[in-house]
Amino acid sequence: MTDWDRFVFTFFNWKVMAEYLPKIVEGFILTVELALLIVVSGLALGLALAVIRSFGIRPLNWLIVFVVDLFRALPPLVIIVLIYFGLPSLGPAPSGFVSTWISLTLVLAAFAEEIVWGGILAVPKGQWEAARSTGLGFTATLTHVVLPQALRICIPPLTNRTIAITKGTALGSVVAVAEILSVASGAVAFSSNPSPLTLGAIAYLILFIPVVAFGRWVETRFAWKR
Amino acid sequence: MEEFLFTFFNIEVMRAASPILLQGLWMTLLLILAAVPLGLAGGVVLAVLSVFRHPMIRWPLIAWVDFFRAFPPLVLLVFIYAGLPFAGIEIGAFGCVAIGFFLNTSSYYGEILRAGIESIPRGQVEAARSTGLSATQTMGYVILPQAVRNVLPDLVSNTLEVVKLTSIASVVALPELLFQARQAQSVTYNPSPIVAAAIVYFLMLWPVVRLLSRLEHKAVARR
Repeated sequence: MTDWDRFVFTFFNWKVMAEYLPKIVEGFILTVELALLIVVSGLALGLALAVIRSFGIRPLNWLIVFVVDLFRALPPLVIIVLIYFGLPSLGPAPSGFVSTWISLTLVLAAFAEEIVWGGILAVPKGQWEAARSTGLGFTATLTHVVLPQALRICIPPLTNRTIAITKGTALGSVVAVAEILSVASGAVAFSSNPSPLTLGAIAYLILFIPVVAFGRWVETRFAWKR
Repeated sequence: MEEFLFTFFNIEVMRAASPILLQGLWMTLLLILAAVPLGLAGGVVLAVLSVFRHPMIRWPLIAWVDFFRAFPPLVLLVFIYAGLPFAGIEIGAFGCVAIGFFLNTSSYYGEILRAGIESIPRGQVEAARSTGLSATQTMGYVILPQAVRNVLPDLVSNTLEVVKLTSIASVVALPELLFQARQAQSVTYNPSPIVAAAIVYFLMLWPVVRLLSRLEHKAVARR
């Protein structure tokens, strides 16, 4: 066997790959489901927190700022491990899937809140005053005048952050979520050949290269004209 | 409430676990000291290369950066850690982590610095060149310092992400803070060591997060 043959046999072993392809596809679907759940719930929660914060209720805002800081400072894997291994000692034992979902939702919500809040602050004060003086109430001003402008500013950073956090679904492998990485590493141990990992890597690229390209496009599309 | 405190904030367990948590903290700091300068250096190289418009440089560079930005860092790390031994290369967990982090973080730093370089008006280059500075001197003394200043919040933010990312080294059994905390948890059957590790991370990174929100709000307000 030449070196090249050995390389192909090790990392691109078609026989091994074909055997584990169905499992990797299952992992792929689970990863997509998990990622979508995180994106929807994380962005919704983050937006809600930013809106609540704009009402300016002091003690509530301190709480929001603290929680946001907390989930921006803690590594996502630490949060996942804490929920998965910590909560069962109290009673409820969330599955790995739920632990990962909750953790990454909280992390994404924290970042989204911060970005949306920055966007709300960036809308000039005159917009508030003009809207209020035409007779719109506070809530109407916020939802019809300020938020649409704020969200436009937020789209590029929000897209990038969302992509970065959804890549964290791979962390679920640590708490036994059967997503791509955990299926692939399991298959490596089983077949003592790293080809399933190559397959897993390809699956991640199929999933995320379009997303990264989309992020690049969003960045130029919504870029501020200087 | 008492049960809650006993479970998550068990001072006795935390005290017993503190020596090995401290060892973990040292390893984490060592990782940061290796990953951040390596990533920054790689990022500067990628960003400077992006100045060349030639398609033979431009397209491979974009492909390289997007490839490593699309790859979840944990997948990259596991791939290196599990794959290299099959290729007959043994470099240990720390080496694997260093390589994985270098590939991942240098791409991110590179993108940020590229945006910074592109934000500097073309006239700066022309002015610098016309005073007799060479292309290298122009880049090093005129463009890069201004570029770094323009993207400082993003650089700090990415560094924060790198520091948080060091926790994934626990997956390849590198004894850093999270790994040690989990060891302690499995010995004591009590999650307090993980809570202690979370507190350490929080205390270490909270000032950075505060600084960042200030920088970001200021940057938005300036527009």
